[in-house]
Amino acid sequence: MHHPGTNNKVYKKINDNFEWSSENFKKISEIIKKYPSNRIQSAVIPLLDLAQRQNNGWLSKNSMEKVSETLSMSYIRVLEVATFYSMFNLEPIGKNFVQICRTTPCWLRGSDKLSKVAQEVCETNIGETSDDEIFTVVEVECLGACCNAPMVQINDDYYEDLDEESFKKILQDLKDNKSIKVGSQIGRKSSQPERKFDA
Amino acid sequence: MLKEKDKIFKNLYGFEDWKLEGAKKRGIWSNTKELIKMGSEKIVEEIKNSQLRGRGGAGFPAGLKWSFMPKDSGKDHYLVVNADESEPGTCKDREIMRNDPHLLLEGCLVAAFAMHAHTCYIYIRGEYYSESSNLQKAIDEAYANNLIGKNACGTGWDFDIHLHRGAGAYICGEETALLESLEGKKGQPRLKPPFPAGAGLYGCPTTVTNVETVAVSPTILRRGSKWFADLGSANNTGTKIFSISGHVNNPCNVEEEMGIPLKELIEKHAGGVIGGWENLLAVIPGGASVPLLPKSICDTVKMDFDSLKEVQSGLGTAAVIVMNKSTDIVEAIARLSHFYKHESCGQCTPCREGTGWMYRMMEKMVHGNVEHQDIDKILDVTKQIEGHTICALGDAAAWPIQGLFRHFRPEIEKRIQERNRRVA
Repeated sequence: MHHPGTNNKVYKKINDNFEWSSENFKKISEIIKKYPSNRIQSAVIPLLDLAQRQNNGWLSKNSMEKVSETLSMSYIRVLEVATFYSMFNLEPIGKNFVQICRTTPCWLRGSDKLSKVAQEVCETNIGETSDDEIFTVVEVECLGACCNAPMVQINDDYYEDLDEESFKKILQDLKDNKSIKVGSQIGRKSSQPERKFDA
Repeated sequence: MLKEKDKIFKNLYGFEDWKLEGAKKRGIWSNTKELIKMGSEKIVEEIKNSQLRGRGGAGFPAGLKWSFMPKDSGKDHYLVVNADESEPGTCKDREIMRNDPHLLLEGCLVAAFAMHAHTCYIYIRGEYYSESSNLQKAIDEAYANNLIGKNACGTGWDFDIHLHRGAGAYICGEETALLESLEGKKGQPRLKPPFPAGAGLYGCPTTVTNVETVAVSPTILRRGSKWFADLGSANNTGTKIFSISGHVNNPCNVEEEMGIPLKELIEKHAGGVIGGWENLLAVIPGGASVPLLPKSICDTVKMDFDSLKEVQSGLGTAAVIVMNKSTDIVEAIARLSHFYKHESCGQCTPCREGTGWMYRMMEKMVHGNVEHQDIDKILDVTKQIEGHTICALGDAAAWPIQGLFRHFRPEIEKRIQERNRRVA
């Protein structure tokens, strides 16, 4: 199954350029302060995350080189980390990064139906980006919201207690640039037993 | 059933304010200074007496673990809170961090003081974005109100908490892999010894401990170890958050007394199995890594470390995954095998190669596309992975498969026979 975060190849892009934005540059000095002064390599994951956010959700060769330069690490040490962790995408992704949880607790509640819905609405296959670059749809392993299964992560947010209909609506609304509701889609608060909510 | 007054997590579902003001109303940070004044030895003693066992899965006695930290090493000491909650089925720490973060922060101060640590890192899984922003806001509030930082709570103890987000790797829930990751490397577990208490983060004495373990400790100190030890049974004391997911009417997180019967837990809190108790097929009682239990055992088993060990399973993280008779049990376990294949860090050969091989074999078994002797072969392989790797991921990948064949071997044999009939 393809996933831009488990890809080990560095994507080649022509005229690729990466410089820290001034806002991120300030954030970096805050982040580095968290770690002992001779251990700033600890900041590699937070910095890769910043770089990825600045670079439309994926890491180019230049962005990783920038991180290695900032932390005085060799490039290979940064690449090693970027390839190891699945949240670092090594190739471009669509505007909405749709991650469908496929592990047993979500599967028991019907996650494979969600995969089907996503392929239909987003007009793309699992592991691929749609032609209009609005969606990248992937299946991922447990996202840790099992009591709210089935669930999907789109960019930073969790969408929980889904069924085919509510998921279809979310994707359609994203397509139409409408705002969508984060969290449980059946109106319950976190992972409380639903019944009490009705009472 | 746990009484309301004995609950530690009063805002588990987030109905009340999670911020400092709300937390103070729930008694958090109320007399932290007095707790610290007990002195580190007394704190460790109290935790030992409470018989609190680690809530991260292994169930190691928490007080004992805290006492491993050297008293005078001359180095910096670190407390690292493991919030890399990735065990399939488990979503309890998430609720603590987003709905009651101050409970965790107060626990950090108390635990760190007991271990002579001035710095604490909370390693939260990267996917928990909104949880980490709540937690960060809570940390900022605590700094602003001098609850942590220089002279934390007026105790004279300097204490810093830093939040560190991970980036999507199940293996970073293993304590030494977590430390590697925190040092800015690939999350591959370290060989032990040396144990983290001797040489952990940056080579300094470190204790890595689960969110829930830390979060319950101030309440134990406040209400006394005896109160905690009186809940549950000897060696399995206190309360525990159970995550109930899968085929139940109301999947939920719920705090309950240790040793509650599984049936009662599911029926009282999760609205029962979909289709009724008689429709139950199997339950995975402690997160994906522990072997499943068939209905006959579920009827009577109690949810605590020792009772579940007796039936060759485990409490793990207390994540109860319920499967009713509509489940393709082989596929359910095959999906877990896929999970372990995906999450193996690739360091040890038995696990790196074994998890992939087991997954491919399990996928074939779903359709009965194997021979009868392959069942013994896969069981043999699970035995060769188990115990032959640096960390427990190999074991965790092997156990669900062993559990499946222990209780559902006839099901797979039936599929093989059916497929043979089709082919013939």
